[in-house]
Amino acid sequence: MIDLDDLDRALLRALARDATQSAGSLGRRLGLSQPATWRRIRKLETAGILRGRRLRLNAEKLGFGVTVFLGVKLATKGRVSLEDFERAVSAIPEVQRVEHILGLYDYRLRVVARDLPDFERVLRRRIMTLPGVGEVEANVLLSEERRAGPIA
Amino acid sequence: MLDDVDRRLLRHWQSDASLSPAELAERVGITSGKAARRLTRMQEIGVIEGISAVIDWAALGYAVEVSLRITLDKTQARAFDDFIEAARAVPEVTEIQTFLGRVDVRLNIIARDMPHYQDIYRRRVLTLPHIADIEALMQIAQIKDEEALPL
Repeated sequence: MIDLDDLDRALLRALARDATQSAGSLGRRLGLSQPATWRRIRKLETAGILRGRRLRLNAEKLGFGVTVFLGVKLATKGRVSLEDFERAVSAIPEVQRVEHILGLYDYRLRVVARDLPDFERVLRRRIMTLPGVGEVEANVLLSEERRAGPIA
Repeated sequence: MLDDVDRRLLRHWQSDASLSPAELAERVGITSGKAARRLTRMQEIGVIEGISAVIDWAALGYAVEVSLRITLDKTQARAFDDFIEAARAVPEVTEIQTFLGRVDVRLNIIARDMPHYQDIYRRRVLTLPHIADIEALMQIAQIKDEEALPL
């Protein structure tokens, strides 16, 4: 694991906001030369800290008005294969995130849908029919903010 | 508003955000000038918000990730505002969501290890205002996390 200094952290913060900035313009803002900035970015990539890029789309403007977080319990633990469940749930296009968790539920899903009737269709036809699925709890997302995390 | 070509551009870019506009154009089968114009337009109308670098917190030494589901004391008129404002000041909080349902607010928290998590939980989380109840879900594995839209 590498130790980060303040400039590394500033670079991570800037790239998390906008990954398309050039090493030259990032360097100018941070008081670094273009090659020095580039070397630092390479170092963060090699260490696996910078892991690719993500396109941020506005879900609402693309017609996806509803996001729901589902807590899912498996009904028959030990008899259903976790791999089967994970493969099947990951293949559902509306399921954006799948996390295996420890606590009240076995899995946490983030599901996107056009509206509530569309969500009901996804829930009934795709989620409730998954192998081994048991109790499901739904919470409808009202607002969301992503924070920079401990690099601020 | 968006046509089929726009959607195809977004689908390809969503699955690989490191593609250049020229590479995207080639995959969709249009000229790079046309692709650039369409992408600019989608940025202008706010469909495309931007491109973020993905930070791997585990590679930075944050091995623990916990989802805290919080119920607030809704007899307090400012419960949501006070709570969220205070939660923003905790650096290890990476996501804050509010919900309609049994859970009011969810915080995603990362920590270096269990002692570090326990320290954050006791000193920074339990001291947040207007908490009525907390449930913790510890993440074991991330199975799918691209957060792609089904375009």
